[in-house]
Amino acid sequence: MTILALSRPMRPKWLTWPLAVGGVVVLFWLAATVLAPVMSQYDPLELVGRRLQAPSWEHWLGTDALGRDVFSRTLHGARYSLPIAVVVVSVAVAVGAVLGAISGFVGGFIGSAIMRLVDVTLSFPPMLLAMAVAASLGPGLGNATVAMVIVWWPVYARLMRAQVLEVREREHVEAAVAAGASRSRVLFKHILPLCWTPVLISATMDLGQVILLAASLSFIGLGATPPAPEWGSMISDGASQFYSWWVALGPGLAILTIVLGFNFIGDGLHDYFDPRSE
Amino acid sequence: MTRYILRRLLAMPFLVLGIITLAFLLTTVTKGDPLASIVSDRQMNNPEVVAAAKARWGLDRSLPERYVIYVGNLLTGDMGTSFITHRPVAQDILYRLPATIELVTAAMVVGTAMGLTLGVLAAYFRNSAIDHAARIFALFGSSIPVFWLGLALLYVFSVHWSVLPGPGRVDARMTLPPQITRILTIDALLAGNIPVFLNAVWHLILPAFVLGWAVAGTISRLVRANMLEVLGREFILTARAKGAGEFRVVVRHALRNTLVPTLTVIGYSFAYLLTGAILTETIFSWPGMGSYAVSAARGLDFPAIIGVTIVGGVVFLVTNLLTDIAYVVANPRVRLG
Repeated sequence: MTILALSRPMRPKWLTWPLAVGGVVVLFWLAATVLAPVMSQYDPLELVGRRLQAPSWEHWLGTDALGRDVFSRTLHGARYSLPIAVVVVSVAVAVGAVLGAISGFVGGFIGSAIMRLVDVTLSFPPMLLAMAVAASLGPGLGNATVAMVIVWWPVYARLMRAQVLEVREREHVEAAVAAGASRSRVLFKHILPLCWTPVLISATMDLGQVILLAASLSFIGLGATPPAPEWGSMISDGASQFYSWWVALGPGLAILTIVLGFNFIGDGLHDYFDPRSE
Repeated sequence: MTRYILRRLLAMPFLVLGIITLAFLLTTVTKGDPLASIVSDRQMNNPEVVAAAKARWGLDRSLPERYVIYVGNLLTGDMGTSFITHRPVAQDILYRLPATIELVTAAMVVGTAMGLTLGVLAAYFRNSAIDHAARIFALFGSSIPVFWLGLALLYVFSVHWSVLPGPGRVDARMTLPPQITRILTIDALLAGNIPVFLNAVWHLILPAFVLGWAVAGTISRLVRANMLEVLGREFILTARAKGAGEFRVVVRHALRNTLVPTLTVIGYSFAYLLTGAILTETIFSWPGMGSYAVSAARGLDFPAIIGVTIVGGVVFLVTNLLTDIAYVVANPRVRLG
């Protein structure tokens, strides 16, 4: 009891356990994104040993069907998944925020046209629509990225619009309008600054889901193309080498831990910003 | 309330048309060349073959023309012919939909059962080990890639321990009952064929668990939050004061009052289940819509891709609509936006 009471001031209020655990895991994978060549013993594309060796001191997670080191490939996988997730979410936030703000602030025909497009896009199961678009654009990571942005921007457009609609009614906006501020000044100076927080929180929480979606697309052959050490396509290799369980173990644990990390962070943020949920 | 429901129902045809248009545009106005999946590389240099293929699949017409023809055909239930199976896409989908319905329903049952149990226990033993374990279970559920989980569980339970069957709907040695509903478990029951029924249920366990885990997690979180709120109310105190046993208090008095939000989350989970089914079916060689969508996407089978996307979108739209309506009907106090 006393120890707990003493240790309390040491820990800032926002630093909850889920947030700390998630942060450490995500930091590890961020480090791998930058330092993968230094952290791994082997080149991810080079044939460095016998095919399909079980894990050993030499190859911590074994070797795959071509004799490449699974551990090194798994570390390098972060260099695909993390940047893609960040790009998809940033572009989707940018597109969604602009269109959502236009729809909420300007309204009229353009505003409702945007929202109808949002409604229709969100009527599809995300994975199905992403698959269809990625397939028609052709395989490749760039195309998969475009497909994911197409699926994801409406989420932020809807959120942004709701925020703008809510903030627009506040008294300080009314005061600014009464003081003769121009429409663009009202939007950029008085409304938008108050709209970002929920959009950014939701974007952070979505990073994990985007990583899952990207890996799923690669798994069915619509994202990264061989020999890229992308986690989804590595698991697909593992599925065709079903009895060599270690081929899929590394990339699977990688996806699990990083998505778990982002979800822990999301959970922590949720607790912090919504204390009622306890 | 009636006005709200009417308005939602009236918007349906427009949304469906939107779904059709968007699916058509997104899969057509792209640089991908459908000819590449019909004509072999060697024949591509032969102008006659290319022209014939274009005429056969309607690719020589302009985009607006193709759109009008496509929507017109769709009204008569014609979704075109698959490049790969050479059967009508509508027929392919109709034959494969029941397998997906069977899997998704089983996953829903598994997920709801686990989610309700965990949610109630977590709320009742709040902040205990059970509560923390339930939270971790839910977080894992939404973080594990289903395609990897499927592979891992197949390896452990089917290969390593051989306690559960491998991929597929039923053992290959079984004689299948006549196809009536094309839902294998129901067809087996209709034919009175108990061994096939049991075998099919046996085959459903792993894929249903893989698919149901994430849903179980979501439901358990929601049930926990609602139970905590309800357990603090005065009527619970009254029930306890009147000497009701703990089980009765929890199940009859508290759980009952959390059913509306729970039903809602089950309805919305359908989206997740449809998405998850795509990959789960692929791993478990399940002959449903999901594995059909994947092979269509892999083989650039455009008529099948568009067809599956439209059907998926419409199914998703209808379940969400039904869930919204059910919520409003069960909860007349809700303010309608």
